[in-house]
Amino acid sequence: MDWANLFTVALGAILVNNFIVAQFLGICPFMGVSKKVETASGMGLAVIFVMGLASAICWPINELILVPLGLTFMQTVTYILVIAALVQFIEMFLKKSMPSLYEALGVYLPLITTNCAVLGVVLQNTQNSYDFITSVVYGVTGGIGFLLVIVIFASIRERMEFSKCPKAFEGFPIALMAAGLVALAFMGFSGLKVFG
Amino acid sequence: MNARKQLMDGLFYQNPVTVQLLGMCSTMAITTTLFNGLGMGVSVLVILTLANIIIAALRKIIPNNIRIACFIVVIAGFVTIVDLMLQAFVPALSASLGLFIPLIVVNCIILGRAESFAYKNGIGASAMDGIFQGLGYTMILVIMCVIREFLGNGTIMGGLLEIGKDGNLIFGLGTAAGIRILPESIPALGMILPVGGFITLAVLIAAMQYILNKPKKGEKKTEEVAK
Repeated sequence: MDWANLFTVALGAILVNNFIVAQFLGICPFMGVSKKVETASGMGLAVIFVMGLASAICWPINELILVPLGLTFMQTVTYILVIAALVQFIEMFLKKSMPSLYEALGVYLPLITTNCAVLGVVLQNTQNSYDFITSVVYGVTGGIGFLLVIVIFASIRERMEFSKCPKAFEGFPIALMAAGLVALAFMGFSGLKVFG
Repeated sequence: MNARKQLMDGLFYQNPVTVQLLGMCSTMAITTTLFNGLGMGVSVLVILTLANIIIAALRKIIPNNIRIACFIVVIAGFVTIVDLMLQAFVPALSASLGLFIPLIVVNCIILGRAESFAYKNGIGASAMDGIFQGLGYTMILVIMCVIREFLGNGTIMGGLLEIGKDGNLIFGLGTAAGIRILPESIPALGMILPVGGFITLAVLIAAMQYILNKPKKGEKKTEEVAK
C-alpha cells in the first residue's frame, strides 16, 4: 500500500481541495446549519460518517455490478438511491441502538441525502478511479474537511450576530461575505505539495 | 394560476437563487464564463420543466410517505438523459461543467419545486412553473457570469465569441476566449476563484433584498408614525 499517496489524498481533501471552500460542494447545509457551533459540529460529524460509508458501499456496487454489466451510465441514479437508502438505514439503526447519537444528529441526518458533497465524493471516486481504500480515505477526510470549515464558519457567524452591518446585507448576504473570506483564507493552502 | 404572476415570481419575487436561496452550489461554482452559465441554466431549465410535468402527472399515484424518493428517481432519470445528450452533442460543455451536471440531481431547486409546487398543482401550471423558475435561475447565472468574467478575466462572452486576427467576430462553442475589454494586467484573478463566487452572490442577494424591501412612499410614512 502506498502510504504517501493516501496521505496526499487525505491532505488534499481536508485542506487543498476542501469540499466547501474550493469545490463548492455542500453549500446548502453549510449555509443552513452554521448558525451555532454545536449544530454545525453535529452536522459535520454526520457528514463524515455518511461520506465514509457511502464511499465504502458505492465502490463495490460500481466495480462488481455496474461495470461488468456495462451499466455505467446508470451511475448517477444508482448512487443517489444508495445514498438515500443508506441515510434512511443509518437513521433507523441509530434510533434503535444509539439513541444518544441519534438525538445529537437530529434533523441533520435526513438532510444529508441532498447534500451534494456526498454524491460529489462518490462520483469523484469513480471519476478518479480510486481503489477501495483510497475511496474510503477520500470520503472520510472529505468529511473532516467539511467539519473543519463548517465549525470555523459557525464560530465566525456567532460573533457576527451582534455586529452592525448595512441593512440590505443583514442575514444571508453578510454570511456569504464571511464565507468568501474563509474561502480566501483557505486559498493559502492551494500551492501545498507534500511529496513531489 | 396566473402565468404573468408566475413569471414575475420566478424572475424576481420568488427567484430560486436570490430569494429562496436554493441551488447555490452550482450558482457559485460554474459561473466563470458566460458559456458555462448559459449551459448550466438551460440544462436545469429543461430538467426542472420535465420533472415538474412528470411529478404533476403522477401526483395522485405517488404515496405521500415515499414521495421524496420518487421525486429523486424521476429527477435522476432526467439528469442522466441530459448528461448523456450533452456528452454526445455538446462535449465542450460537458467537459467544462464536469461533475456539476450529474450533481443537478441534488440541486435543491428541482426537489424544492417538486415538493412545494408540482406535487400540489396541475400539469400546465407545473410546466409553466418549471420554465419560469428555470428562467429565474438562468438569469442569475448569466448576471453572475458577466460580472465575474469581466472583473476576473477582463473579457465578456467567454466560450461563445472571440475576435479573430482579421477583426471579425468568430463563434466558437466552448473554445472561444471571449472579447477582451480590460488589458490582461488589470483584472483581479480572485473574482473567478471561489472567493469571487461568494462575494458576487452576496452582493447580488443584498441588491435584491434592497430592491424588494424598499418601502413605498405610503408604507414609509406609516412606519415612521409607528416609531
